[in-house]
Amino acid sequence: MSVSTSTNNETALMFQLKGGLYPLTVLQLLGTDLSQFEQQLDAKIQQAPKFFYHAPVVIDLQKLNQAHSAVNSMIDFNHLASILLKKKLIPVGIKGGSPLQQTAASTAGLAILQDNAKELAKIEEPNVKIAYAAHAVTEASTDEVRGSNCKIIVEPVRSGQQIYARGSDLIILAPVSHGAELLADGNIHVYGPLRGRALAGVTGDEKTHIFCQSLEAELISIAGQYKISEDIDQTLWRTAVDISMENGHLHIRPL
Amino acid sequence: MTKLESKIIVVTSGKGGVGKTTTSAALGAELANRGYKTVVVDFDIGLRNLDLIMGCERRVIFDFVNVIQGDANLNQALIKDKRSENLFILPASQTRDKDALTTEGVEKVLMELQKEFSFIVCDSPAGIERGALMALYFADEAVVVTNPEVSSVRDSDRIIGVLNSRTKRAEQGSEVKKHLLITRYAHNRAQRGEMLSVEDVQEILAIPLLGVIPESTAVLNASNQGIPVTLGGPSDAKEAYRNAIAFLLGETVETTSQKGWKKLLGGLRLFNRSPV
Repeated sequence: MSVSTSTNNETALMFQLKGGLYPLTVLQLLGTDLSQFEQQLDAKIQQAPKFFYHAPVVIDLQKLNQAHSAVNSMIDFNHLASILLKKKLIPVGIKGGSPLQQTAASTAGLAILQDNAKELAKIEEPNVKIAYAAHAVTEASTDEVRGSNCKIIVEPVRSGQQIYARGSDLIILAPVSHGAELLADGNIHVYGPLRGRALAGVTGDEKTHIFCQSLEAELISIAGQYKISEDIDQTLWRTAVDISMENGHLHIRPL
Repeated sequence: MTKLESKIIVVTSGKGGVGKTTTSAALGAELANRGYKTVVVDFDIGLRNLDLIMGCERRVIFDFVNVIQGDANLNQALIKDKRSENLFILPASQTRDKDALTTEGVEKVLMELQKEFSFIVCDSPAGIERGALMALYFADEAVVVTNPEVSSVRDSDRIIGVLNSRTKRAEQGSEVKKHLLITRYAHNRAQRGEMLSVEDVQEILAIPLLGVIPESTAVLNASNQGIPVTLGGPSDAKEAYRNAIAFLLGETVETTSQKGWKKLLGGLRLFNRSPV
């Protein structure tokens, strides 16, 4: 694990990039009540103040996610990070988080540590019929965009299925059931009822939108900002909408 | 009747208690009645029920797991129904658990059954664990049994997703043909909004409708007496099952409500359902 770059410029080098492996304290989060968390952390630090002084900390979310549903395991990472800093711990990043948590964490300035490639690989169920549009942009003609990069699903997305459009838009030409989850780095279009969850801009792109023909979603999210069905304006329920982010808040506009 | 190409039909639902075993027994008995040599296989290892519903619980000696493990041969384990010449059942083991079902073992038994039988009806356990996955893995067609209520519909939706991705046919790039069977339906309660309507269920699940079985005391009575509904006395549930199964076989059928409409319209043949 070593990455190094150098330039051949005549000016003196100001930096070099190298990989390194250093011990980190892993903080396994087991619950989401941050005031209780703060109290318990205080008690722990009292036992060995020097051990924890300015220690870099990785927040492990795996156990939390095993015990809680996605909605119940949402964490205010800004708040969590501020608690750690207050206790003279340095929050570095998270591991084992769901895409939603990863987005929230990266928005709070935390790094996303990959456990292994397996977690990402399991996201896609096989056999969903998928069509990829070609990557049309080439190095030679960056200003001449001849197509787009997106993932198109033509069959109903069933409860329990998860579809992730990595680095692209996601277009669904069928209903999305309760308990199904759509994730895209780009925009999400659903030409049918959206009854499950839709998370656009999961890597942090706040300019992404979610479009659907009938809003019946359990949860919608753009770049980590989310709304659950309870919070959605009832007058927009079961209507065609365009969901976007405005001034840090989700905005739902009828189509 | 000479043996046609053998077909494996799984009766599945995700949720428990919606009528899988009742449907498996009714389907098996009706197919046999129509002259097809049929076997109903109980995949609910550890929670054996099919033998009770079919009234042969006292004749179980060897079971599915014994055959898989080579302790008995298939003919020793198959129980011939006393009422129907063409109907057999392969009971589940009550003492083992579902880990006894290996892919190779199940495949071997199903292939052997295919030599003998026109229809193999696989009665799936509830859930999406090993027993249920094994019951549907080799299926050619699936009857998805759903009650008109939200939890049953959601579980059926989940199982349809599994049928689309975790079957042998899916792995080979083809498809398991799926049929929706709505059971325990009460028309007046659906009209009052106390349960989902047929249209609601169809809209969510988006697979072709095979039939609607009304909520009926005849089903409970038949189960308690160990008589498949389709072999019992006349009832609305029996008629509905027979219509659904005729439809499954690709016959054109008229449902009661269509007959009513026809009378109203002076015998105009407006409503002829064609096989999907």
